[in-house]
Amino acid sequence: MDQAGAATKEKSVDSRTQVGAPPVFRITPPKGWFDLDLRELWKSRELLYFFVWREIKIRYKQTAIGAAWAVLQPLLTMAVFTLFFGRLAKMPSDGLPYPLFYYCALLPWMYFATSLQNATNVIVDQQRVITKVFFPRLVLPLAAVAAPLLDFAISFGLLAVIMVYYGTYPSISLLLLPFFVILAIVTALGIGLWLSALNAIYRDFRYVVPFLVQFWMFASPVAYPSSLVPEKWRWLYGINPMAGVIEGFRWTLTGSGNPPSSLLVASSATVLLLTVGGTLYFQKMESVIADVV
Amino acid sequence: MSDIAIRIEGLAKHYRLGEKEPYLALRDVLPRGLRTVSQLLGKRTASAEPNSRDIWALRDISLDIAQGDVIGIIGRNGAGKSTLLKILARVTRPTRGFAEVRGRLGTLLEVGTGFHQELTGRENIFLSGAILGMSKADIRRRFDEIVAFSEVDSFLDTPIKHYSTGMLMRLAFAVAAHLETEILLIDEVLAVGDTLFQKKCLERVGEVAQQGRTALFVSHSMAAVAALCRRGILLEHGRVQAVGPIANVMNQYLSADDGTAETINLPPQTQHQGSGEVRVTAIDLKDRLGHACRHFEYGDDLCFDISIEYRHPSPPLHCSVDIRTLLGVPVLHLYSMDDPTWAPVKVESNSLVRCVLSNCDLYPGTYLVSVWLGPSPSRGTELVRDILQFHVDQGSLRRRGFDMTWSHGLVHRDSSWAVLAESTAAQSQVPQLASHLQGL
Repeated sequence: MDQAGAATKEKSVDSRTQVGAPPVFRITPPKGWFDLDLRELWKSRELLYFFVWREIKIRYKQTAIGAAWAVLQPLLTMAVFTLFFGRLAKMPSDGLPYPLFYYCALLPWMYFATSLQNATNVIVDQQRVITKVFFPRLVLPLAAVAAPLLDFAISFGLLAVIMVYYGTYPSISLLLLPFFVILAIVTALGIGLWLSALNAIYRDFRYVVPFLVQFWMFASPVAYPSSLVPEKWRWLYGINPMAGVIEGFRWTLTGSGNPPSSLLVASSATVLLLTVGGTLYFQKMESVIADVV
Repeated sequence: MSDIAIRIEGLAKHYRLGEKEPYLALRDVLPRGLRTVSQLLGKRTASAEPNSRDIWALRDISLDIAQGDVIGIIGRNGAGKSTLLKILARVTRPTRGFAEVRGRLGTLLEVGTGFHQELTGRENIFLSGAILGMSKADIRRRFDEIVAFSEVDSFLDTPIKHYSTGMLMRLAFAVAAHLETEILLIDEVLAVGDTLFQKKCLERVGEVAQQGRTALFVSHSMAAVAALCRRGILLEHGRVQAVGPIANVMNQYLSADDGTAETINLPPQTQHQGSGEVRVTAIDLKDRLGHACRHFEYGDDLCFDISIEYRHPSPPLHCSVDIRTLLGVPVLHLYSMDDPTWAPVKVESNSLVRCVLSNCDLYPGTYLVSVWLGPSPSRGTELVRDILQFHVDQGSLRRRGFDMTWSHGLVHRDSSWAVLAESTAAQSQVPQLASHLQGL
């Protein structure tokens, strides 16, 4: 950077009225692969808050039933799954009551699916802002995956009710739940970064996303337990990070099933790769997004 | 105030035409996929043939902008004005070169950035403020000022989808106007809203200038640029064509406009003011031979032909042609009532009115023309502002070996001069003033 040159220059203008020299920023062409200014991102945390707040406000203003939607959506899906996959298809459920079995999985899944949908559209939806004002663009996908956390929290409250109803209480493993929540968030962010950048550049990408989400659900143990997958392939199955997240939720909340150990290693590794790759890709795209959208 | 606020060196911006199109689609890109893959792998070899659809929006711009300067950036569409502002605003990145910005920079590239229809006025103030770079504390501190400026206080808790356009504009500008950055970039924001609002915006931007903050201002309104800016930058095809005092830069820009435009046909979206019973639809400016002309010499005759469209019945109308300098200073008010032979325009059908200014004695420079119609001086039926520009050249004055500029005056008159007294031979040779005049 130019700090040295700028600093010597500042010496000569020290007598200016301002307290301390004004910050100097150097605008340059995009540089190489890694061009991420974390300090700037940190400075934009208030903006992140505003974007999340705005997302939530608008969502609850636009839907007539508002917060009830956060509860109804997983509840109705749970009912449908219980009826068709459970009662009719007699899917194994690791000994859990079907509603609880499905709800535990739907909780992170719905958060994940909503986040992906949000993240896909966030750049395009905000294109007017993006082409007019600078802020670290990373704030947008971050806000997209942060906003659905409120719905997540609300539907989590309902889970407590369901658990009490079935008399299932979590064991000490509940302490590990935050880890799986974080894993879910990072997974959503990792994929979300890719989707938002891809959709900004290829505008028809948004039509791919609903299919992607649907396929992904069947590749994840939402409607069935991962114990259906043969043990020796379990690690491969774990490449899908949502497999680790969902099994983790079931295990920490109800104590049923196995701690998803081998699965988890693969999941965490995938998430790490996806997120780092997603950040780099997003960064690379960031410099052209304003020219494209 | 000679400190540099913005230093630009060798700045260039390159677009591939495809990138300027609204968006790409996968279906277009997949066939190119293989090439992209090889590019991602870092092998930019044979496939990178020169593309004829490349556009350099900016080429090698180098500029120093001093602290406290209020600079107007002018140039034709596509000259790179907006690209330059976007790079400085960090919305897009340059392809080459760099710019150093000293101090915080605020952008006013649009009115209402980040507004959302469903949110209330209060919520939008916070949202838009945050997007424009204010902290929550800043916004809280200045909240009352913003509300007072916007004049929407009784609707603060109403979603802005119920606002009128005027209210929305005022609210949006109010937020932006309270940015406290050392440098401001302003792009065409004043092109919206009614006259009163525009005036308010202009005043506010003027205040910014007075506070010693640096501002870069892009506008197509020459009058606004002239009124606000002290210095100007003329861009042409992505290059800096001129830098200097605003009047000089403007003159250069406007005289580069070769005067081929013959009739000014007013586009339908022209800002008309007045009660609207008639509309001015076109203006022809001609020389004494009746040829369309924009470049005159001192002493020429100017002939304005004004086409008036009849819309609704109205009392007979008088006309005026108002001539102002680029800096907005009124110079001439040519009023039809001043001509004793004038008969007012009957508003019964379309008409054509001619106004002749003979022996134009304006100083060399560029002038703006406005046209007014009304039944009495106090009542305007139609007013179109600054619809036409013309240039006056030194002409016959040049021979006098003296460069005439607006710093000397606006209207040139020949005057009579004589030495009435010289100390040695006092009072003996006083020329008769009257006879001197006759001699002219």
